[in-house]
Amino acid sequence: MGHDHDHDNHLDPMAARVKALETILVEKGLVEAAAIDAIIETYEHKVGPGNGARVVARAWSDPDFAAWLANDATAAIASLGFSGRQGEHMRAVFNTPQQHHLIVCTLCSCYPWSVLGLPPVWYKSPPYRSRAVIDPRGVLAEFGLELPADMQIRVWDSTAELRYLVVPMRPAGTDHLDEQALAELVTRDSMIGTGLALSAGDPE
Amino acid sequence: MNDESVFAEPWQAQAFALALALQDAGVISPKEWSEALGARRDAANAAPDGSDYYDSVVATLEELLAARGIASKAMLEELSLAWIRAAHATPHGRPVELSNDPAWPGRT
Repeated sequence: MGHDHDHDNHLDPMAARVKALETILVEKGLVEAAAIDAIIETYEHKVGPGNGARVVARAWSDPDFAAWLANDATAAIASLGFSGRQGEHMRAVFNTPQQHHLIVCTLCSCYPWSVLGLPPVWYKSPPYRSRAVIDPRGVLAEFGLELPADMQIRVWDSTAELRYLVVPMRPAGTDHLDEQALAELVTRDSMIGTGLALSAGDPE
Repeated sequence: MNDESVFAEPWQAQAFALALALQDAGVISPKEWSEALGARRDAANAAPDGSDYYDSVVATLEELLAARGIASKAMLEELSLAWIRAAHATPHGRPVELSNDPAWPGRT
């Protein structure tokens, strides 16, 4: 490379802008460095779609839990140890043979973090955010999901205060499976509504 | 559609965490955050593939801090240049400290 190895630390402009923000906020006592590290650790390693899959598998297995999830999703989900951030409420929407649910955030990127982790890049993209509402059937087709013409599609627009979780339909032929095996059939996309749960014997 | 890593680069994770930490501390409200971020994420401004999402997060943080009088854009710009100079002045393998910026020796 030919450059001087005593001087080869490069900070790209975006990284430098973030360092500047962090420096100011920590100096002013508005955020703590340890709190920042804890948040990163949580979202990189601790929360992800596996949480939501456990919620769905429990709902498939336990009708009382499913009823609780339908009535008070925030509390039912918290009972499994998955608490959202303060001020965030959850609502679970259940797919049926007549109705398919799809979640979006038309404004920016609101997403049910406690159960799905961070959203995929496409969830935050302008085309998904605008087209999910205008042409949900077309969007689903791009995900390879062709729904029967008579199945109604309902789109839920997430906000800072209210986040949605889609509970996909339980696949046929899974009566013998326990919760752990069921959870393996529950994909992230099935809980956004851009996919379905996997079939038994077809794990991810 | 599987499965991007959570953050493409460390600064994205740090920017995301700063935004959440500010909400936890009550400096900005979640609603305020999503509206300010949303204003930068409309189709006219944002890349269609969503790849510039964290650029918008950083710009939104800068905008809200300036609006709150916490840090002007000029101050943040000066500080980010100081970080770049500090990185260049730091021997390889050592942690980059802002105090390594040769142009800003008084800074701790």
